[in-house]
Amino acid sequence: MEIKVLGPGCAKCKKTEEVVRAALAESGLDARVDKVTDLMEIAVYGVFGTPAVVVDGQVKSVGKVPSKDEVKSWLA
Amino acid sequence: MADDCCPPKGQVMILACSGGSNVGQLSNQAAVELTQEGFGKMSCLAGVGGKLSGFLQSVKDAPDLVVIDGCPVGCAKAIFREAGLPLRNHVVITELGIEKDGDLKPPRAELDTVKNHIRRMFAGRPPWAPAGGQVCCCGSA
Repeated sequence: MEIKVLGPGCAKCKKTEEVVRAALAESGLDARVDKVTDLMEIAVYGVFGTPAVVVDGQVKSVGKVPSKDEVKSWLA
Repeated sequence: MADDCCPPKGQVMILACSGGSNVGQLSNQAAVELTQEGFGKMSCLAGVGGKLSGFLQSVKDAPDLVVIDGCPVGCAKAIFREAGLPLRNHVVITELGIEKDGDLKPPRAELDTVKNHIRRMFAGRPPWAPAGGQVCCCGSA
């Protein structure tokens, strides 16, 4: 499983990464988490805003910090 | 460091049919100018039509959006229906008293009519975006 957190580094982007890592830890799943901060690379995903979360190529959340439960539902 | 990349209040996504008629081009130009003026931000209806996950999720998570169709054919409306997305704030330009024709450079007065109509729909909402940003995020535009 591959998870990307899209965002250039604002507080909400960092918080989103924390939530994703916490959800992963609680789920006991093994996944690679990448932070994507390059604006051109972010634009490729067609997201209207950041932070955004991409799981195995599918955008799951845009412009907000997801809850840990939301993230866990994407991992199932 | 900014707390918000995209302020949750007052964020308006603008989606236009951008069709091949005067009213289609009015939808496009209104979206362009409203973006440049900081009213909101134009997104890509084609991306929604292609069911690309970034565009679909962006529509689902957008606090506010406006969908502009030029005429009653309703291509933008149909794209939303096909994508299973609820239609919000739908504008049909021919319903504003502008007749459809083949002029791809419609007059300024008609463009102002469309823009003013959309602005009135969101009256009282403060502008949120820096002009011309491609991706809404802190420090990018």
